[in-house]
Amino acid sequence: MGESNQTSRLTWEGCSVLLDINDGERLVFARLSPAATLKIGKKNFSLQPIVGCPFGSSFRVDNGKDGPYLSRVVPSEEEGGNNVQEEENVTGEELRDNRALVDNNTAQSLTGEDIDEMRRQGATGEQIVEALIANSTTFENKTSFSQEKYRLRKQKKYAPKVLVRRPFVRSICDAYFRKYPARIGCLRSDSLALLLSMANVTAHSDVLVVDMVGGIVTGAVAERLGGTGYVCNMHLGVTPHSLEIVRIFNFNNDTCKRIVRCCLNDLCPGQNGSHVQNENMASDSGNQLDVTEEDVSLEENKTSVDTSNKTGKRDPTTCKAIKAGEVASEELIDSWKEKGFSSLIIAAPEQDVWGILQKLLPHLSYSASFAIYHQYLQVLPSRTHPHMQMSAFGGYILSGTKICTSESGAQ
Amino acid sequence: MIPSDPSERLSLLRRIQEGDLVIVYERHDHMKAVKVIGGSVLQNRFGVFKHSDWIGKPFGSKVFSNKKGFVYLLAPTPELWTLVLSHRTQILYIADISFVVMYLEIVPGCVVLESGTGSGSLTTSLARAVAPMGHVYTFDFHEQRAASAREDFEKTGVNKLITVGVRDIQGEGFPDEHLGQADAVFLDLPQPWLVIPSAGRMLKPDGILCSFSPCIEQVQRSCETLGLKFTDIRTFEILLRTYEVKEVRAELGKGDEGFSFRSPPHKKRQHSTEKGDAVEASGAATVMAKPCSEGRGHTDMGNTMCIHEEFPFAESINAPMLGMTAEGVGRLIRKGQEQVIAERRNIIEKDIFNALWAQLWVYCCKSTDK
Repeated sequence: MGESNQTSRLTWEGCSVLLDINDGERLVFARLSPAATLKIGKKNFSLQPIVGCPFGSSFRVDNGKDGPYLSRVVPSEEEGGNNVQEEENVTGEELRDNRALVDNNTAQSLTGEDIDEMRRQGATGEQIVEALIANSTTFENKTSFSQEKYRLRKQKKYAPKVLVRRPFVRSICDAYFRKYPARIGCLRSDSLALLLSMANVTAHSDVLVVDMVGGIVTGAVAERLGGTGYVCNMHLGVTPHSLEIVRIFNFNNDTCKRIVRCCLNDLCPGQNGSHVQNENMASDSGNQLDVTEEDVSLEENKTSVDTSNKTGKRDPTTCKAIKAGEVASEELIDSWKEKGFSSLIIAAPEQDVWGILQKLLPHLSYSASFAIYHQYLQVLPSRTHPHMQMSAFGGYILSGTKICTSESGAQ
Repeated sequence: MIPSDPSERLSLLRRIQEGDLVIVYERHDHMKAVKVIGGSVLQNRFGVFKHSDWIGKPFGSKVFSNKKGFVYLLAPTPELWTLVLSHRTQILYIADISFVVMYLEIVPGCVVLESGTGSGSLTTSLARAVAPMGHVYTFDFHEQRAASAREDFEKTGVNKLITVGVRDIQGEGFPDEHLGQADAVFLDLPQPWLVIPSAGRMLKPDGILCSFSPCIEQVQRSCETLGLKFTDIRTFEILLRTYEVKEVRAELGKGDEGFSFRSPPHKKRQHSTEKGDAVEASGAATVMAKPCSEGRGHTDMGNTMCIHEEFPFAESINAPMLGMTAEGVGRLIRKGQEQVIAERRNIIEKDIFNALWAQLWVYCCKSTDK
């Protein structure tokens, strides 16, 4: 099945990355196309320096001939004793406190102009931070915790760090959970992990998925299948659910081909989804499509088009990361009718999951596992439990194994 | 358990064959792995089951004994295996396992190092995640334990994906042949900090290490060592709250309470008489789930963890058979606020989701890019 893009340890032109700015302060999904930029503060930085670097590399802003640019930080420079020394400071006895601190805005003697002047002379971000510390009259009297906080605050502003992360399901899910939890139905990565285990997703499985959480479940399953088996994205209404998030994974063609979609009516023509359900589905996926990510996927769409036009297909798999989610072939559907799916996952937070489950269970093989994610638990009259709140709570998962009825089971 | 090609996956056409491993399900907390051998029998409190009756039936079938007792025959999965394997050590359960596999970013083709092997509970799930072309190298310093693990992996058919080595990883580190080869390393050792430098050398750049420790002191000490070579050090405590599913029936003449809980049946016999009574007694019944009040620490876990649970039930329900009470599934996950009264024409065998609070520290971190 060829080398998977996903296992590559180096970034390449056109690949999708997760940029972690200032240790999680900002998370940005980006595609490394020639035109792609990242805005930090007021400036736009080209993402070209990131191309070809190992995932996990970090970058800082350096001043070059043509102005500031992203420059890779080679680990040996900053690794080593640094962390240990900090630890010692932290664990030492603390004698300082803030009793003498007066907030009169005179603590810093460097002015904005001074800093601009330093920049013009080519000072690095770190040097500016050091200068700010040296010119702060209160820094010395701060507690070590407070000093650390001060340093960090200045570092974020004057010496931003950019870490390049692999867009794997965990990092993608975590980033969405922080940025746009509603788009993934507040599905936390540990809950997603449970869904995958409980549904027994493994290579060569044919997994039936109802993914109304932006494609995160579809992507997660495809990642576990590694270009084998199939993930069939089922929609009950006419409109397929958004698979927006699938594009963020660096899936190659082999994997993309394994992500297909199909309508319930295709699988069982006699069974019409109720009207209510159709409408719900349609409006819901409509919503999902409307809310595109502000700087992220818009930019991504634009730039990925650019890539295919300008650079003339350097690697076909990278330019067209969007092929996932074709309509399942009749042949495939027939094979599922005959053999059934080997797993089922439902993540449809706004839907009547029971109705969906009833329709889909007949298409599951005997002894196959299913797992269902939902945010709510029922509330009964005079037995009402609080609706759990998001942050402290990963949603509910229900799982089980389909068993075989005696009538249909007997040969 | 793990298909090595598409033909081996679960299918409606699959039938139990001689030599297959099946999980014999009596109750959620009573399961057993059995190899199907033509002339053999399985004897339990429900009677004598002939293996020859099982051959040719689909997985998931209900099979009967000479005394009309029944069990279900399930296809093995790593989750079920975790519940039936013989405990030679403390083992990891599903919440931890799922999280570890996801956090280690294990996908098909990955090379994973693990120590110790223990009872092979996690190892089996790691194998599922690296299949079909990846590999898990697992090490235990206990020769007999390693041998038993090997036997188990052969039994479950995952042996092609796993190599069990006998080695004192804490004392000697991982063998050099894996230098720079590992996508992920998992440690479950009493003094993980001793192995961290070696683990770091085994990992590919940006590879991930996860260490599992029950005590916060172990975590602290490991973190100090990790700080030298690793970034993104994070500590997690994994909690899984499970729910008890109970049937609630509105009973007349009970005043404000209005509900009574029926306790889960303990014996099949008793259950079938209850069935008759219940149908007579009251039509309105519903299923509710409430959080189990009693939390149990991981280390006390003797038997099962059953959010992953099957609820076999009586035959004649219109809905297709599924491994749970039909109403239970639907109502439990249904969006709240509506009053849900399920008609219980079929009395369903009730079971309980056991409680588990796995209070363990898992910490993960990435090797620095060298």
